[in-house]
Amino acid sequence: MNESLKQYFFRIGDSNLIIGQRLAEWCSKGPTLEEDVALTNISLDNFGQARILFSHIAELENNGKTEDDFAFRRNEREFYNALITERPNGHFGDTIARSFLFDTFQLHFYTELCKSKNEFLAGFAEKSLKEVKYHFRHTGEWIVRLGDGTEESKEKIQESINDLWDFTGDMFATDDNIDALTKEGIAPDYTLIYQKWKNTVNEVLKRATLTVPEDAYMQKGSLDGRHSEYLGHLLGDMQYLQRSYPDAKW
Amino acid sequence: MNITIKHTEKEIWDILDTIPDPEVPAISIVELGVIRKVTIKHDKVTVNITPTYSGCPATERFKADIREFLTNAGIENIELIMQYSPAWTTSWLTNEAKEKLRIYGIAPPVNGTEDKGFLFESGPKVVPCVKCNSNNTEVTSQFGSTACKALYKCLNCLEPFEYFKCI
Repeated sequence: MNESLKQYFFRIGDSNLIIGQRLAEWCSKGPTLEEDVALTNISLDNFGQARILFSHIAELENNGKTEDDFAFRRNEREFYNALITERPNGHFGDTIARSFLFDTFQLHFYTELCKSKNEFLAGFAEKSLKEVKYHFRHTGEWIVRLGDGTEESKEKIQESINDLWDFTGDMFATDDNIDALTKEGIAPDYTLIYQKWKNTVNEVLKRATLTVPEDAYMQKGSLDGRHSEYLGHLLGDMQYLQRSYPDAKW
Repeated sequence: MNITIKHTEKEIWDILDTIPDPEVPAISIVELGVIRKVTIKHDKVTVNITPTYSGCPATERFKADIREFLTNAGIENIELIMQYSPAWTTSWLTNEAKEKLRIYGIAPPVNGTEDKGFLFESGPKVVPCVKCNSNNTEVTSQFGSTACKALYKCLNCLEPFEYFKCI
């Protein structure tokens, strides 16, 4: 398989896998039963989207590696997920803020990726977009409820958004590889996605009577596999079984 | 061994139509619309499958069931292809399947475009109660016991029920 495309597949798949794992950590701990079910349903969609990409890589490479090898046997530096996806769950508002910022990105990213010249990616985007529309509505509605809710909920959700803001820029990061794919019409134009993302975030935060944080320093590094201290711990949990008992099956 | 398939394409479809959906057994996987194509070539049967949701755990079960049912019918060489485009949509459910869902106790997808949120766009759809048919219902959660369902509640007879949401 073409290395640059493979790298790009990991970029998209890893973000899904890691945020899916974070949301799965809410399983049985949600604030209400419905919310527990919602967060884990969204997690399942994310895992599904990661699987489609990983199994496609495995199929094209055809060297005995499976989707599970990509999920469970890569090290921290070999993951290319956007930094925001590995942020810890924190309280419910932190999780909702993280998901809202990421879901809004995915909403516009998949909308544009549907036009990709790579037929597989376009089909994948079409399918994923249907799911992400539900995710975005869910987390967007929570932002409005919490922001335009009580004094306490407003203060907390504003703080969550402020804390995460420095990690949003990394979702739109590109490198020579992605820029070349954009030129070929395979990857979308990330400056366009950023504009659309910014407009939607502004609109929802305004509706939620919240303040859009000022752009300051943005964290970066995920495209080179450089992550925060949290990813290693997340992988420790997620990969434990396959690392300790290689090839264990259900 | 190289045995030419004796079944016609229609017969293969008929066999697949006897496989119940693992999560909603009231309808078959053919009625659900996940089987997109059946191809017979020499000794091989190829089935193209489109999952409902990308993470749907039932997909693995479909694949195992298809292999099992076709093997039992004497077909040895089976190829299953996952096809993601065009993406599965609730509009592929036949009217007959929708009626079966309703009788089973799951409100079928309300025709038209995808479901909207409460705060954004135009508000949720009217989903009639599966017990008393009242339109006085409300959504409890857009996410239910499986990826394809939302939770509703009837404000008339108080029945909680599931709704097969539109995608």
